Amino acid sequence: MIEHYDTIVIGAGMSGLAAGIRLAQFDQRVIVLDRHSLWGGLNSFYKQKGRRFDVGLHALTNYVPKGTKGNRPLARILRQLRLPHEALKLGQQRGSRVSFPGVSLRWTNEFEVLRAEVADKFPREIDGFDRLVRDIEPYPELAPSDGPPVMARATLGGYLTDPLLVDMLLLPLLYYGSPTPDDVEWNSFVILFKSLYEEGFARPEGGVRTILDLLRGRYQELGGELRMNSGVARILHGPRGLEGVLLDDGTELRARTVLSSAGYVETLRMCSTDVAQTVSDADIGPLTFVEFLSVLDRPPAQLGHEDTIVFFNTEERLVYASPIEGSVDLRSGVLCCPDNYEAATPPKDPLFRLTLLANYSAWTGFDEDGYVAEKARVHDLALDVAARFAFDPRPNTVYVDGFTPRTIQKFTGHLGGAVYGSPNKQLSGRTPVEGLFLCGTDQGYLGIVGAMLSGIAMANQHALQPA
Amino acid sequence: MTKDEVKEAVKDIIATIAPDEDLAALDHSKLLRDQIELDSMDFLDIVMELRKRYGVQVPEEEYKELGSLDSCGRYLHPKMAAMELKLLNA
Repeated sequence: MIEHYDTIVIGAGMSGLAAGIRLAQFDQRVIVLDRHSLWGGLNSFYKQKGRRFDVGLHALTNYVPKGTKGNRPLARILRQLRLPHEALKLGQQRGSRVSFPGVSLRWTNEFEVLRAEVADKFPREIDGFDRLVRDIEPYPELAPSDGPPVMARATLGGYLTDPLLVDMLLLPLLYYGSPTPDDVEWNSFVILFKSLYEEGFARPEGGVRTILDLLRGRYQELGGELRMNSGVARILHGPRGLEGVLLDDGTELRARTVLSSAGYVETLRMCSTDVAQTVSDADIGPLTFVEFLSVLDRPPAQLGHEDTIVFFNTEERLVYASPIEGSVDLRSGVLCCPDNYEAATPPKDPLFRLTLLANYSAWTGFDEDGYVAEKARVHDLALDVAARFAFDPRPNTVYVDGFTPRTIQKFTGHLGGAVYGSPNKQLSGRTPVEGLFLCGTDQGYLGIVGAMLSGIAMANQHALQPA
Repeated sequence: MTKDEVKEAVKDIIATIAPDEDLAALDHSKLLRDQIELDSMDFLDIVMELRKRYGVQVPEEEYKELGSLDSCGRYLHPKMAAMELKLLNA
């Protein structure tokens, strides 16, 4: 059977649903497909033993209060999707920290807090820091060109002389969205700096489900079709461009435009052999993570821990690369306590989340018993490290769970469990196939806000413009 | 629609796109983007809403004709004169 659409969207994550909303908004016949039974993609959720867990979401960045003027990503998304600010039910962070040996920098959603910390702990650097902030202020949006990247460290050298401060400012930004080891592309740096430090962190009450329910609800209310458990086996294209997609179950869907959030390599490998050969394993992102969740018997604040997110680094120099030895790298990581966001109703289960860099091949190389044993072993070691920067949650833990690169690849389809996708971003969204475009993590916008913005921008540019 | 009604139609579209903006005090002769926050994505939405509500096509090279309410009236009136005003935010 052949079904016809104006646009097919591959992937029911934040970017795919946002793209779907834009297209359905203007009466396109649109379908969003996902191989998984749950929507959300890299920012999803699952249920285990009656408890709901989020994956991906530590924070929604780019927090601005309702009515904030200026070109703010969050405000732009809400306007484009026609969602009221209140619907996100955002609670602001209490405060986050980046900790290196002997020094830490704290920040909140008031930028002055971070500035004062820099002035206090790196007095000789504050002029350079101020100059950096001034220079990136009018910086344009991600330039829509696919060219060789300029890296942030090189440019930062023109502002800051203390490598420790550079590393400390970079660590949270890299953990929030860099697909490249130890550094991040300059445009992304600017966006991340503004998103994390100048605007800041918030959490939707209810977690990632609140955003996903909102997106899915809006999409379906506009008449968009969402089809879960529907993987795309092949993208069909011929000499006259795109023709449609073939689903795993043999169903053929026709459309002249396909927006894919499946990933750069993943998408092109669904195309004909000559197109698939334009990408190689080297284009697969090298960075992936393990995450451990400890459900606590009381909120972390009652255990003396008030920080919302702690980015820690046990070494003098920043560690952000795929571990060469072992399954994880214990020398840096992220601790997140969702309870330490302001909320009218606190989360049902107090939680301590710990994220570490992981080695994909190590985690996929174990047999089942070895895998389970390694998870338990690494979790214990990781909590020893975490205890140095926050507290030891073990005495108050009532339930633990965790996921690894193996889990990420299985449920998201992203090769290598690459959470931040390919280092080779396609900012224009274009592919070698006419009518096939990328959105989501491999188009190049970062984080949850970035994902939605990517879906919106790609839908606007490639699928919505009047013929 | 009269030319004034065409302007009302555009204002009503802007009210849908940018519900937080105060449109009552708009100076019809001045550029919209100098008076309220409208970026290129919002202008795309004005064009898309014109098409959705009134079936009016505005080619990309003519987006600049939508700069102010007065220019919207001048440019769109010939395309919309025979249509009826539909207000969603009245």
